Amino acid sequence: MVNVQSIPSPAIIAEERSQEADHPSSQVALFGADQPLALDCGIDLSPFQIAYQTYGELNADKSNAILVCHALTGDQHVANVHPVTGKPGWWETMVGPGRPLDPANYFIISANVIGGCMGSTGPASTNPATGKLWGLDFPMITIPDMVRAQAMLIDRLGIDTLFCVVGGSMGGMQALQWTAAYPKRVFSTLAIACSTRHSAQNIAFHELGRQAVMADPDWHGGRYFEQGTHPHRGLGVARMAAHITYLSDAALHRKFGRRMQDRDLPTFSFDADFQVESYLRYQGSSFVERFDANSYLYLTRAMDYFDIAADHDGVLAQAFRGIQTRFCVVSFTSDWLFPTSESRALVHALNASSARVSFAEIETDRGHDAFLLDVPEFFDISRAFLQSAGTARGLGRKGG
Amino acid sequence: MTMQQQVLPLNGMARPDTGHYRGDHLLLAEMVERGSRVLDVGCGDGDLLQLLESRGIDGRGIELSREGVNRCVAKGLAVVQGDADTDLVNYPDDAFDYVILSQTLQATRQPRVVLENLLRIGRRAIVSFPNFGFWRMRLQLLVGGHMPRTENLPATWYDTPNIHFCTIKDFVQLCDEINVKMERAVALDLYGRPLRVNMPWWFWNMFGEQGVFLLSRAEKGK
Repeated sequence: MVNVQSIPSPAIIAEERSQEADHPSSQVALFGADQPLALDCGIDLSPFQIAYQTYGELNADKSNAILVCHALTGDQHVANVHPVTGKPGWWETMVGPGRPLDPANYFIISANVIGGCMGSTGPASTNPATGKLWGLDFPMITIPDMVRAQAMLIDRLGIDTLFCVVGGSMGGMQALQWTAAYPKRVFSTLAIACSTRHSAQNIAFHELGRQAVMADPDWHGGRYFEQGTHPHRGLGVARMAAHITYLSDAALHRKFGRRMQDRDLPTFSFDADFQVESYLRYQGSSFVERFDANSYLYLTRAMDYFDIAADHDGVLAQAFRGIQTRFCVVSFTSDWLFPTSESRALVHALNASSARVSFAEIETDRGHDAFLLDVPEFFDISRAFLQSAGTARGLGRKGG
Repeated sequence: MTMQQQVLPLNGMARPDTGHYRGDHLLLAEMVERGSRVLDVGCGDGDLLQLLESRGIDGRGIELSREGVNRCVAKGLAVVQGDADTDLVNYPDDAFDYVILSQTLQATRQPRVVLENLLRIGRRAIVSFPNFGFWRMRLQLLVGGHMPRTENLPATWYDTPNIHFCTIKDFVQLCDEINVKMERAVALDLYGRPLRVNMPWWFWNMFGEQGVFLLSRAEKGK
């Protein structure tokens, strides 16, 4: 029989992760029955909680706060060791001493999105009404819902206007939504590798991922936690497919080519003969260790629903009319998930709204993931944008 | 060539050697009223925008080259990557007080359409361009028999981005044709110094290395 290998079972069992969902290793803002979150689907979510991290100090006039919005599979652990994986924060290239977002200059806030699985209320959290995990009973959420919840957190922190909202990919969507929904509360916006709406191709890839999760018998209609299972194969496949979209043909070729994994000859089996296969399997299996399958379903769906123009009579420029916020839009040449054309459409709309906008396309073969990697030109631009916005905001500077 | 009577001289002409800014940039900046909103089309490395911002002018830029844009954004300037030929249509009417096209007109595919767009987007336009009627150009073509190359235009004919050269005389004629009002006109010599104002057009067209024009929309019916 031909040797078959699939994605290995996760080394870290769901317990540690589900612990994080209700009792995160982060600060938590609790919102009781008096402060429900009004969701787009018509449901008032209450009570709910937001888990967040902060770096640096809020200045006296509360003018140096930066909100970092995370991407689909990110979380609030931007620049500290991850409590589940033990790995460094996901954006330590961007946030930290001497980095463009330097805690010496800014009060940096990052919150787990609503619907996430790292401490903000989501399908992996306990439903207080039943004492059981939410699972698919959790209401459908949208990007505007995530932003509404973040705004409640920012209120709770006593901050009126954010100096900057920063985000890449789904984080960029939140940054744009923040600016469209609360233009007076956002002094500047740094939107990276994102779009004002999810394209048909992107929805298609998400649907592929969701179907992979739901096709896994361990999913149990979303109640896997009651069966003591986790659909790690389905979620792993979803992550493998998604991961390909985060890279580029050129980057895959440069990194792996057709090289073999620890062997010189093919094994004539479905073993991971090629390095690229081994790499993808690793990406799939390490992801399922830290991420809840249902949460993945909800967050991909939220991205699919995102379309700022649709909320403004189909005219994107209308969403940003008369806006005073300073924008910096960044795209990457090899990003085919959120291609430059999407950023350009945003920039045209911002121009039509007479907004102050900078737009740079960075040359790189590293695909969509470039915003998470060490791309010096991207950091130079981010740093300069924040510095010039900081001058306009009257911020002093210490480091970075 | 009776237009020159309508063309007013510049007040407070800047000296070309002021600070580290280019002479023609200082001249352009002098034409812009403080506190106004300016779009610099083809802003290159953003030197002119920096000069404008240092004078309290709200400047934005469009630049074709990615390297240029990224250098501008890294200077904190509000610059977007774009093409004068294709992207100006995306800007609404009257979005700016001035739209500047500095040394870029000759590199556009449709100079006439670009010029019309400048005066649609901005209430005024400032256009500078190399004068192909400059005596050294003429001499190189007449005596040398080859396409002219100068210090400011060093590219060979086969790799130059400049595909629509014109003379000062040609430009004045185009302005007439599309009913554009010339508020001010200046010809600069090879060193960026303005030529004397009270000279006839043929003199400017011969001895001006570049022309700088402040334009506005002509009133209807004129």
